[in-house]
Amino acid sequence: MLMKRVLTLAFVTFWSIFVMMPILWALVTSLKPPEAVDFGATFIPFVDFTPTLLGWESIFGVGGGSVNLVPALFNSIIVTFGGAAISLVLGTVSAYGLSRFAYKLGFIRNADIVFFFISQRIMPPIVLSFPFFLMLRNLGLLDTHLGLILVSIGGLMPIVVWLMVDFFNGIPRELDEMAMLEGYSPFETFVKVILPLSAPGLTVAGMFAVIFGWNDFFYPLVLTFGQVVTLPLAIVALNATITPYWTLSAAAIFAILPLVAFAFAMERFLSRGSLSGAVR
Amino acid sequence: MTKLYGRLFLLPGLFTLIAIIIFPLVFTIALSFSNWSVANSGFDWVGGRNWSAMAENDRFWASMTRLLPFAFLTVVIQYVLGFAIAMFAWKGVAAGRFFRVLWLIPMMTTPVVMSVVWKSIFNETVGPVNFFLTAAGVSPIAWLSSSTPAMFAIIVAEVWQWTPFMFLLLLAGLLSLPKEPFLAASIDGAGPIRTFFAVTLPMMAPVSIGAIIIRLIEASKIFDTIYAMTSGGPGSSTETPSYYIYIVGLRNFDLANGATLSLTYLITFIVLLTVIAQILTRLSKPKGV
Repeated sequence: MLMKRVLTLAFVTFWSIFVMMPILWALVTSLKPPEAVDFGATFIPFVDFTPTLLGWESIFGVGGGSVNLVPALFNSIIVTFGGAAISLVLGTVSAYGLSRFAYKLGFIRNADIVFFFISQRIMPPIVLSFPFFLMLRNLGLLDTHLGLILVSIGGLMPIVVWLMVDFFNGIPRELDEMAMLEGYSPFETFVKVILPLSAPGLTVAGMFAVIFGWNDFFYPLVLTFGQVVTLPLAIVALNATITPYWTLSAAAIFAILPLVAFAFAMERFLSRGSLSGAVR
Repeated sequence: MTKLYGRLFLLPGLFTLIAIIIFPLVFTIALSFSNWSVANSGFDWVGGRNWSAMAENDRFWASMTRLLPFAFLTVVIQYVLGFAIAMFAWKGVAAGRFFRVLWLIPMMTTPVVMSVVWKSIFNETVGPVNFFLTAAGVSPIAWLSSSTPAMFAIIVAEVWQWTPFMFLLLLAGLLSLPKEPFLAASIDGAGPIRTFFAVTLPMMAPVSIGAIIIRLIEASKIFDTIYAMTSGGPGSSTETPSYYIYIVGLRNFDLANGATLSLTYLITFIVLLTVIAQILTRLSKPKGV
């Protein structure tokens, strides 16, 4: 029994260390002076080396060979929240329709339409990248925020529909019927009765849309050329040139910090059952 | 009237998705029968030329065969580890908000940015992995410049990045299991191991299949980690289809051949996933039912 407990604790500890290790490594490296990097690995600040803010200053345009990541931060915010907001609106409205109305077109029924939405997650971005490139070029949207936002909707809306259909199915239909008896139109019912009850579902769906939008690298890589540099692109560009590790690490932490903080703020919505229906 | 309202709800989203995905897909198909490239832009019909070139493209097929064991290996490791930590977070020592949040962190981080960090961790001269190997008396390994270690490093990064997603789906599944079967098992005197294999695992089969399929889909699209960690190298030994097609279509701007390869990849991928989903569903059905 004791043996089992020791093994369990060892595994839990090992896994927790493994999870934190790369982030801690980047954090520690971002505080290193050059001499603590160039002559082999060092680990503990104040013991192995004297921490400096050299790396952190250099990502805000201070000092020689520095960059400024603030514009990239704003590009990421605009593209992510633009794409997530449009996906959330369109996806939620469609999901409500799919949950409350019966559609029929030949042999196609609601379940098939839901599957159609979800199955778009299967599409590898590379397959769509060629037409996206040519089409955005013809529309003059290559290397613009709007172009990236439009493209991101294709990846984000399926997630929203997937989560929201399930969420709406969990809200009793009697509520809709009562609202209709009160003389509400279907649209008023949706806006005034159902949406106010949907905050938990919308939070989870919005959170996933933001996570996947923020972390996307492929479309910005292919569809922008220096005007709309998002954070992931900026970090990879640093990686491709001879950037010292303290700058690179500070930049990496800077790029992941907003979302990790956001996730902590949203944690309680992620718990119990928020996804249980989605996997069925 | 109801019908009209129903359509008003569904159609804006549906049309947007069709415009963003299905229309471009048709465009890609048309592209694969053209010779659109840097030198020649426009739809010039060339018939099946790109398709026969695809069949003879050894580098492409090498990337396809490389993807299979790679995707399976990463997803199996993620499933086993994800299930283990989900069990601990469900009823074990780690049940509580602290571990749940801690173990989800990798999922929130940007894969390509973390790949850059992993690259520094596996750095041959100043990275911590080789530091510890040297300290333990093992000779340092050229992690990213020899093919097998490079593959290993990529798998470690992928497992780190995506096990939390598996964990989240499996934990949600465990939390929604009914209590009665566990009660019945404990009345019958089944121990924890017996209970796990006779009750928990079979009841988790639908959730497990869903989670495995979702992860297989995402693992097969792998691009970011390869791009940042090895750029497909050394040589082309860690090249995946997504990465190779990117090189052909968007680096060398041979759009027609890139489109053909990407469609081959998509079709193979959908056929294999359907087969795998069928096999998993059959296997998980209780015997004699």
